[in-house]
Amino acid sequence: MKIVTGNDLKTGDVIWWTGSGWSRHLVDAADVGEDGEAIIARESAAQKVFDGYVVDGEMTDAGPRPAHIKDRMRALGPSVRLDLGVQAKGPVHVSL
Amino acid sequence: MYRYDQYDQAMVDARVAEFRDQVERRLSGAMTEDQFKPLRLMNGLYLQLHAYMLRVAIPYGTLSSTQMRALADIARKYDKGYAHFTTRQNVQYNWIQLKETPDLLADLARVEMHAIQTSGNCIRNISSDQFAGVAGDEVIDPRPHAELLRQWSSFHPEFSFLPRKFKIAVIASDADRAAMRLHDIGIRIVRRDGVLGAQVFAGGGMGRTPMIAPEIRDFVPEDQMVSYCEAILRVYNRHGRRDNKYKARIKILVHETGADKFREEVEAEFAHMQPLDLDPPRAELARIKAFFAPPEYAAIEDGYDTSDPDFRIWAETNLFPHKQPGYAAATISLKPVGGIPGDASAEQMDIVADLAARYSMDEVRVTHAQNLVLPNVRQDRLYALWQELDAAGLAPANLDRASDIIACPGLDYCSLANARSIPIAQEVAKRLAPIEREVGALQIKMSGCINACGHHHAGHIGVLGVDKKGVESYQLLLGGSAAEDVSLAKITGPGFDERGIVDAIETVTSVYRDAREGDERFLDTYRRLGMAPFKEALYDKA
Repeated sequence: MKIVTGNDLKTGDVIWWTGSGWSRHLVDAADVGEDGEAIIARESAAQKVFDGYVVDGEMTDAGPRPAHIKDRMRALGPSVRLDLGVQAKGPVHVSL
Repeated sequence: MYRYDQYDQAMVDARVAEFRDQVERRLSGAMTEDQFKPLRLMNGLYLQLHAYMLRVAIPYGTLSSTQMRALADIARKYDKGYAHFTTRQNVQYNWIQLKETPDLLADLARVEMHAIQTSGNCIRNISSDQFAGVAGDEVIDPRPHAELLRQWSSFHPEFSFLPRKFKIAVIASDADRAAMRLHDIGIRIVRRDGVLGAQVFAGGGMGRTPMIAPEIRDFVPEDQMVSYCEAILRVYNRHGRRDNKYKARIKILVHETGADKFREEVEAEFAHMQPLDLDPPRAELARIKAFFAPPEYAAIEDGYDTSDPDFRIWAETNLFPHKQPGYAAATISLKPVGGIPGDASAEQMDIVADLAARYSMDEVRVTHAQNLVLPNVRQDRLYALWQELDAAGLAPANLDRASDIIACPGLDYCSLANARSIPIAQEVAKRLAPIEREVGALQIKMSGCINACGHHHAGHIGVLGVDKKGVESYQLLLGGSAAEDVSLAKITGPGFDERGIVDAIETVTSVYRDAREGDERFLDTYRRLGMAPFKEALYDKA
């Protein structure tokens, strides 16, 4: 699957494209197929997200899993500070 | 300590106002990210893995209690209650929000600090010896010269768009505690025939192509130091490569040109510049030096009670001899075993600020090894200081020992990183801490990518994290030093996985313990024996 991610302009938070908007939770990410670049262009122009890019991944029973550890780290938060990042607010369906 | 004059303050205040306007325009959509990105970077605001990151400059690693307290307040008010001290004596905040950045910078400006030129292809924060001004082996306190270079390089219009970033370190002793020769320009303040001046090195650096800076000038009088640096920068600006980011640092230019030819070009430029009278007037250096006049020390003698064995261990490990009898410089290790190297909570920073005010004449230093220093402590108050540090978790007795590991943020925070470095540092520290006093001086340095922010090339033992088909892998290096016996570490051979690298470090440490002679450090044993016995132990186990 193809996932679109970026950062929220005001806060810098990591966000994922859900198909109709943005979420801070990877589990909400949609498979964008071949539309990734078009979504990034459109959403960047709207000035709410920046540094968007397309991530390779796979859909598991628990939810989307990015192929690269860097993106899984972004979905969780620092592995050395479990009290920070999205992981601090509750269980995340992926591990590193 | 140096205090801003009206010009310094006006420049910083104006930049805050300018950036506030730029942020407003970005948030309103009037400016695109492509337009805004170079502007935010000029103000030290990066985008990292999880959020915006702000890098704040700490000139030559010197802070007042007031400034340290302000850094703690910022950690609480704008971040998540902590900060990270870096290998360039700076401090970074990892969870900054764009909309709050102008207010944060205004808070910094109130205590004469900023984040200007902590990113971008310009002259970065000037670093120095953490014991500047108190070390018995220095010719003179090098910080006035560093401050002069800070003023010269701040907003220098000719050097705001260099081929690549540019780092300068200034020391004033034969001992090198600032990795001076691994900088783009390294300066050692020396005295020749009674005259103060600078011995100048250029073309050093780490990163993907590590180089030790060759000497470019044996001596330039101190009142021509600025124009000599300007001549080096001009030659670099003219000939440095702009077509390839990976070959754009001055080290590549010096290496490819050859030190002799590079020196000729610098000397020609320097000669050309002399009639232009570009050096600051002597009175300016004298004005700056006055800010660094030694404080009023008490007339006391050396000596303190070491009957508490835990205190004695800390004192033997973490104290540095002071040039003033009866005083010592105390290193506060930010390397608790299992902790994150260089991180300090806002509460710890407040405590350090308070201790600096009560025990160290209001001064704190940041070291390139990611520790803090109280430079002016009366020896008869060391025990009381240690008790307070210990109560705050700030008294690890491990300076330059196996658990005093330099580690970059790595893949836990950094968008450039290929592998995590902090968890490796934590595991290595746990593994070696029980034997570190017996092992003695051992500098382990870890980077999560080739950019070498964790100085792996300069570690007695270095670790470089790489991406091996999407999996973290670690190369082991041996034999590096950032000190006066500077050398670059060499890779042992094939890399290791996350667990294997910890075992490998334990293995080479065991080889050293078995083979050392007398008081040899790990580095000395490695230099005597070479790579072979270490390699054999690592790879020929079958």
